[in-house]
This record gives sequence, structure tokens and C-alpha cells, in this order.
Amino acid sequence: MASTAKRQRIAVAKTYKIYIDGKFPRTESGRYFTLEDKRGNVIANMCRSSRKDFRNSVVAARKAQASWAKASAYLRGQILYRIAEMLEGRREQFVTELVLQGAGRRAAENEVDTSIDRLIYFAGWTDKYQQIFSAVNPVSSSHFNFSVLEPTGVVSMLAPDNSSLLGLVSNLAPVIVGGNSCIVLASETRPLCAVSFAEVLQASDVPGGVVNILTGFRSELTEFFASHMDVNAIIYCDGGKRVATAVQEEAANNIKRVIDRTGINWSKPEAGHPYLIRDTQEVKTTWHPIGT
Amino acid sequence: MALAAVKSSTRFPDLSTVPAVDEVGVNERVARFQSRSIKKASKVEALKLVLSMIDLTTLEGQDTPGKVRQLCQKAIHLHAAMPGLPHVAAVCVYPTMVAVAKKALAGHDINIASVATAFPSGMSSLSVKLDDTRMAVDAGATEIDMVMSRGAFLAGDYHYVFDEIAAIKEACGAAHLKVILETGELGTLDRVRKASVLAMHAGANFIKTSTGKIQPAATMQVTLVMLQAIRDFYYETDRMIGMKPAGGISTAKLGVHYLVMLRETLGNAWMTPEWFRFGASSLANDVLMQLVKQSTGIYQSADYFSKD
Amino acid sequence: MAIPENKLAFDGGWEYDPAPESTDHIKIKKRYGLFIDGEFVKPAKGRYFDTINPATEEKLSRVAEASQADVDRAVAAARKAYRTSWGRMKAAERGKYIFRIARIMQERAREFSVIESLDGGKPIRESRDVDVPLAAAHFFYYAGWADKLDYAFPGRTARPLGVAGQVIPWNFPLLMLAWKIAPALACGNTVVLKPAETTPLTALKLAEVIADAGLPPGVVNIITGAGATGAALLQHPDVDKVAFTGSTVVGRSIQKALAGTGKKYTLELGGKAANIVFADAAIDQAVEGIVNGIFFNQGHVCCAGSRLLVQESVADEVIAKLKDRMETLIVGDPLDKNTDIGAINSPMQLEKIESYLKIGQEEGGEMHQSSCRVPKRGYWCRPTIFTGVSQSSRVVQEEIFGPVLAIQTFRSYDEALSKANNSPYGLSGGIWTDKGAKIFHMTQQIRAGVVWANTFNKFDPTSPFGGYKESGVGREGGLHGLDAYVKLGA
Repeated sequence: MASTAKRQRIAVAKTYKIYIDGKFPRTESGRYFTLEDKRGNVIANMCRSSRKDFRNSVVAARKAQASWAKASAYLRGQILYRIAEMLEGRREQFVTELVLQGAGRRAAENEVDTSIDRLIYFAGWTDKYQQIFSAVNPVSSSHFNFSVLEPTGVVSMLAPDNSSLLGLVSNLAPVIVGGNSCIVLASETRPLCAVSFAEVLQASDVPGGVVNILTGFRSELTEFFASHMDVNAIIYCDGGKRVATAVQEEAANNIKRVIDRTGINWSKPEAGHPYLIRDTQEVKTTWHPIGT
Repeated sequence: MALAAVKSSTRFPDLSTVPAVDEVGVNERVARFQSRSIKKASKVEALKLVLSMIDLTTLEGQDTPGKVRQLCQKAIHLHAAMPGLPHVAAVCVYPTMVAVAKKALAGHDINIASVATAFPSGMSSLSVKLDDTRMAVDAGATEIDMVMSRGAFLAGDYHYVFDEIAAIKEACGAAHLKVILETGELGTLDRVRKASVLAMHAGANFIKTSTGKIQPAATMQVTLVMLQAIRDFYYETDRMIGMKPAGGISTAKLGVHYLVMLRETLGNAWMTPEWFRFGASSLANDVLMQLVKQSTGIYQSADYFSKD
Repeated sequence: MAIPENKLAFDGGWEYDPAPESTDHIKIKKRYGLFIDGEFVKPAKGRYFDTINPATEEKLSRVAEASQADVDRAVAAARKAYRTSWGRMKAAERGKYIFRIARIMQERAREFSVIESLDGGKPIRESRDVDVPLAAAHFFYYAGWADKLDYAFPGRTARPLGVAGQVIPWNFPLLMLAWKIAPALACGNTVVLKPAETTPLTALKLAEVIADAGLPPGVVNIITGAGATGAALLQHPDVDKVAFTGSTVVGRSIQKALAGTGKKYTLELGGKAANIVFADAAIDQAVEGIVNGIFFNQGHVCCAGSRLLVQESVADEVIAKLKDRMETLIVGDPLDKNTDIGAINSPMQLEKIESYLKIGQEEGGEMHQSSCRVPKRGYWCRPTIFTGVSQSSRVVQEEIFGPVLAIQTFRSYDEALSKANNSPYGLSGGIWTDKGAKIFHMTQQIRAGVVWANTFNKFDPTSPFGGYKESGVGREGGLHGLDAYVKLGA
């Protein structure tokens, strides 16, 4: 195939960085780990994020959270729809990444389609979850009393290891729909989609800092995700009793809300529901006298 | 154009009659001003009016006579390439620079405004502030921009604030007095309204939003509240009070929005430099650029307009 | 403080030059058929009528008059679509179709705004900044409910009703269309909608969007016509759900006609809302709220604050400020971006308003109008207030549907409340006070479906809207707006 060899074009491979404060830096530690396909070929050198990357992400997330929470539900919904639009436009890229990471083509296509639809689903909740989870309370004194949900603040998240895109989307969307900001540690064995998804987020006018995505080792970072005093809630999706205990013990430092999402099959349609939003919300009740 | 000092009615106002101000309502009214579309001849007229209302300002620790002279030159000759432009209303400088400005502006009908009373913080004794004021007036300032004592105001010592303004007004002599409320430190529109009422009753000729030294400086919201206070004062006493937003107004578009707001709140009588000023430095060049664009149809570059 | 002479000078001096919105990018066909079963078709009897621009009295287009045969055809198409496509579609997919409508409306927003202003007379600023964005937002909001109905009705399963017959008025043509079609589709129903005869164009434009969005044929059908067409539609035996927004007079006759048919219906009718200003209100913002409540959209608003009840101790001040503010309102060409108040929608409506101006004066009221110029051609009414009127005056009791405000004073809270509720209407109300407790007390006691505290005429797709008493039955918007379009089973 000499003639084809002459016409063969050298592809430009992608560098997989991390996503902090709306930008794509490399890990400050300069370390990497190699992602290989089933046959042992190198797919990419991924950033092996450090606790300093996590610390910087928390700062960015905290800074961005207040104004994200103040954005109208309508606006947040528009942004979620946009994320879905952008993901739909990049369908092929994500299917390719899933296949590279070992999925069958059919399964990969299903996963991407379900992820897009799940984003649409949660976009539609932004301006409704308040209506089904709030209450006007009929107290016995002459007061107008109402309970509303407010975002808990900054959420750290250990994304599901075996669901590179759908698991990530299913946990991320309800967090930001509810006005929180977050720091995600991507799947360790299948991290590609998380980084590409960061690109989708950036293209969708998600304000910098609202979502931060790191790649790296659970063994190095879980402790910090769980113990940081300026993180309000932690979501974890894998691991047995040992992991759960470790996370919950560290989280107790600042009474972090601990959300166990282990053992969930994200590809089932019922895996998307509004209680995922409620998990990262606080309830605020206000009283005001009724009288002239 | 010397401004005659108006005799002050130094009767302490009944602050309980100052109306509450709803912020959301103010924002909505402001949004309507901002969606006015000012085009063609009315745009040119507005831009020229903005120019004529500018107090060209330099208030830096690093000001020197050279800098002030250049500012005065700009005040007199805004843009050689476009003859027939109005000149600015005033230059605004620190008291120590007033004499320099007076010399540089000799023979021109441009006012000399000086800040005074330990600008910008106002954190000094009354006697120091009175001396500061007199020094500026003696050096030739025709207008004094004083700062209100925010600390006393926020602590609820309204009589202190009132008396201080009245005393400074007296020290001004023939010069007219602008009282800077420093709205960015007052926090709420309710307080802006109250401070406006206090200042007007104490003898201010003008009420002014800000020193320009902190954020936020002038906003359309605080300006609207102050204009409404002026209107109520006018209906109550038949006296006109001027208004000056200062700081943060650097685009012609925003300047025109302020004029829309002025026109629709106080009407024609206030639409002159005698009753409305912009405290600004870079606004002038943006207005000039827009004027040239209006007459040539071509978008301009800052390179063609002098930066003094 | 006695009412001062109007001392501020708003006339002359620096004035705004015309700032016309460009119309060269919009497309209006010379003639429109009926949009039935996914395409534009000729009306059975071949009859058309003109739609004009009320600001210039010029013809914009000709639209079809749907006869009984056309109504039958449209309902049949909706029924077929319900049975074969829409009614069987997965809810999430329905949602995505509705989302498409919303998105395309946003893309074509400016064209819709211009056509809305041309056809109905409302200022471009209103159609551009309020009507069209809100209409798109309604579609976005309800798109999201399509696959979430299980959460909207605890303990109940929600199912569609079938075919909805909907008739909408001329005051917010595109927005009223969105209020009707979006929830109906989200809940799985199909639709036949008739826009008002003086404002059909944006509905016909939306038909283009429906087609572009790829909705299966027959899911949405748009038929044009006047009263007879509307009656034929709402009384059609194969329509399961009736929705009507319009006058109380017509609403009454519809409810009568539906008696015994078993059809579900919602009626959104007239109002004569009281806007109540207390002495402890933020007065300047209250004045703005009064103006917003009655003068914008030319007062063609069912929930308009058409009665001002102002506490006597601040009445003079409020009225003086109101008069000043009225002087800065610009009445004129709806396509001028500076116009605040556009044209009256039709000669019939203008005649009705003018008759009330006469009645008000004959009843002993003192009429005051702003002094602005109005154009020579077209239908115009200057902002008007009546003082010296009372509960027994016709201008206080009856809905005028124009920029005419009836002003009364009150002394006490109880008096204000009593006057506010003393009406067969109960659509909306406004209360202006800085005191929170008073707000909650009054919102509890005002018999109206929407109460605005320290604001007025605020709408949102998430917020339910509808009346008490003769202002109608049922709610549109929000979670509660879903009720109208479902039947609830175990």
C-alpha cells in the first residue's frame, strides 16, 4: 500500500488536561499516569492530579458558587439545555472515546444518547424541583411560614468508575441544576470522557469554577475530597464498607453531607430522578407575621 | 459662569417623612431608561449636552502642576479636528492645584471645582475641613465638592452630618457647594434617599454620588433615587438642586442614558450644566469618538483623540 | 401637601428622534390558509378576511375564515394525531419536540416581535422584551414537564385528555398561544387553536415553527376566524378539553353551551383589579407600579390595575407624581423603539374605550389625560385618569380594557380591602406597602387569583395565573397549570 502510505496523514493527538476555574491547566505536580487500551496500547497520558489541584479547585468552586446559585432557574435550565446540545453535536467523539476505553460500539452509542437525554431531563427540573419540594407550612400562629430548598454549596464528587460518561453526567447534572458548584474526580480506569465533557461544559457558557474536573488516583485523593473543610457535601459512587467508612469519618470534620451512590445502574431510565437534586439541597424555613 | 450661592434654609428636616425605596422597582425603572433608543439629531444633541456637563477631573496623589495644566488645556480644546464643540463645565482638582488651574483657565468660561473636607474619606476634624474649604475658595475655586461624614451618618448622628454641611456651606462663601454622599458606602437606597434629603436641607446646591475612589461609584440606581429626592424637595420648597453622578461613567452610551433619566424625572429645566454634571475623566473622549462617528459614519479609534 | 401645579416641564427641549425597528428582514405572506394536519390548506368555503395594522390602518395580509367543515377537519386531524402519533409517543420525546419549538422561537425572536407589533399595535419594546421571550420560556418550562408528570400529582397517575380546543384573545397573541399550547402538548394532548381575528399573524408564523420542528402532522392545528369559528370549535363534540381566554360575557356563554357535555374547561376572563397604595409604600416605585399596571400594553390587560385605591393621606402626592409620570409616556408608532404605549387594537375597541370616557365624565368624574401628541392615522388613546369617582361609578365597576385608570381614596386597611373585594371580578390585585405583615395579611384576604405585592403585571411560566369569581376558573402556568390538561387516575 505504498500509495496509501504516502497519502496517510499524521493525526494530531489530544492532550488530556484537567479543568479548573473554566480553564485547562496541567496538574501542578507535573505527574501523569498512562491509560492503555485492552491490547496494552497507550491511549493517553492522563494528569495525575495532586491535592493542590484539588485545593485550587475548591477555591474556584467556592468563588463561583454564590453567583451560580443566584442565577435564575430559567438561566440554569438554558445552560443545561445548551450542554445537551453541545454533547449531541460531539456525539461521535464521545462514542470513539468509550470504544477506546473498551465498550462495544452499540453500548457506547446508547450511553451517549442516554447521557444527552439525561441532561435534557435535568435541564427540565431546574425550574420545577423547587415547586415539588418546597412547602408553605400551616403553622398555628399568625405567621406566614414557608420552606424552600437552597443549594448546600460546594460539592466534591468521586465519579462512578465503571460509567465513564453517563455516570458522570447523572451525578453532575443534579448538583449544578440545584445551584451548587463541584469538583469531580473522574473515573480512574475510564477518565477520557470526563475531560472531553469539560470541553463541552466550557462551550456551554457554564461559568468558570462551577464545575471542576480532575483526573488521578482515588488512593491519593479520596482523603482530601472527604476532609476539606470548605466542601459542604461529598458524593461517592464506588467502594465497599472500607471506603464508605473512611469517607464518612473524614467528612465528619465539618459535618459534611455524605451521599452514597454506590451500586446504581445509571443506564436504567429511572436512574434519573429529582431526589438526586434534593440530596445536595438544604431546607430553609422563614417566618413572617401576618397582621396589619 | 459664576453660580450664585443660594441662601440655605437650615432647618433640620423631618426624616420620618422620607419615603422608603424599593430596590427591585428602581432597577425596573432604570431598565426602561436603558432601553430608550436615542438616534440621529437627538443623539448628537445629547452627546454635545453630555460634553458640556462634564467636570473634567484629576484627583490623584501623583497630580502635579504639569498634569493639571494639561487637563485644563484639554478642557479648553477638547478636539481640534471638530470645531464648534461646547467646552466642559468645569475642571475638578485637589485644593493645592486650584491656583494652577485658575491660571491655566484664565479668560475661559470654565468653572474650577475643588474637592475639600479631607477628601475622599472625610475623616478629620471640622476645623481642618473648614480650613481645607477656605483654602480652596481663596485660591479661586468657584465650586466646592465636599464629602459627607458617612461614619456619623451610618451611626445615626444625623444632626452632626447636617450641622457639618451647613458649616461648610457657610465657609464656601460665594462658591457653590456639592455634597458627596459616597453612595457606595451607604449600602441601601433608603439611606441614599435619606442622605439626599439631609444634604439638601442643610444647604447643598448640588448632591453628588461618589468620590470615585471606591467601588461602586455612580450607578443609575442611586442617581434615580437622588433625582427623585431633588424633585420632592423642589415641590416642597420651590428650590432647584443640582445633581452630579461621579465615577464609573466612561462611555457615551451610558452618559446618554443618564440624560434620558434626567429628562424623564426632572424635565427640561435641569437639562443644563447649571443643574447637572458628570464627574468623569475618560467620558469626554468616548463622547468625542461618538460625535465623529455620527458625522462621518465611521467607527473611530482612540488613537485619534488626545489623552491628557 | 395640596396638589401642586405640575411644575416640571416635560415638553420641548431635548426630544427623542424616531428610532424605528427595521422590518426588512421579516416575511409576511399575502395570504394564509389554515394550518391543519401539518400543512396550510384552503378554507372549505374559500372565504378570507383582512388583518390590518391598527397604527396605520393598512392591510397586512388576508387570512382564511374557517367554517364548520374546516373546524371538523382540524379536530379530526388532532384526534388522529392523538391516537396514532402524539398520544403514543414516549413522554421524553414529546418533551424534546416542545423544546425544539422553544428554541426555534428564540432564534426567530425578532421576526416574531415585529410581526406582533405590526398586527396588534403593541410597542416593539414590549413584544421584543416581554411577549416573545416569555412565550419561548413557556415552551421551555412545559417541555420539561412532559416526562415528569408522575411527580406533579402525588398519589395519582396523570393521563392526557385528548383533543384540546383553544380560543385566545388579541392582547398578547403569541404569549396567550404559548400559555395554551405548551401545557396541552406537554401533558400529551393535541391541539386546535384559534387566534383572535384581529391578531392572527404570529399564530400562523408559529405554524411554520411547528412544521420546522418536525412535530407530527395534526398535533397542533391553527385555524383562523371570528366568533362563529370559535364557537364551532369550543362546542365541537370531539373536543375533550376547552380553553378560553377573553371577556366574561363570552366566557359565560361558553360555560352555558358546555353544560351537560362532560367537557373539561378553563376560562380566563375579565378583571377590574384594585391596585392599593398605602401611605407607608415606597411611593415612587408605587407610582411606577400604577403606571405599569394600567398604561402598558395600552391597558389591554385582563389583570390590569384599573382601579387605584390610594390612602387618603398620600393621595395628592401620588396623583401629582402620577400626572408627572404620565407626561413622559410616549404614545405612538408601535415600531418605534421609544414608544411606551402603542395603538388601540381595533376601531371597535377604541369606540368602546371612548364611550367609557364619556360615561365617566357624565357620572361626574374628573378626567385628566396626558398631553402627548398622537399620530393622525390609526387608533389611539392617551393615558387617562379619573378622579372623583366611587364604587358605584360604571368606570369603577366595568372593565374598560384601555389605558384608563379610576382613582379612589381610602382611609383604613379594612376599607381598602372591602373596596378591593367589592367586585364580581377577582383576577388580580396589587398592594404597595413597606410593611411585610400587612402584605401577608392582605394577600390572605384579597379574593383574587394573583396578588402582586410591591410590583405589578409580573408573569413567569412557573407562576400560576387565573381568577376567582367571574374572572374565570382554572390556572395557567406553573405546577398548577398542569391540572387543566390531565385526567387523574389511581
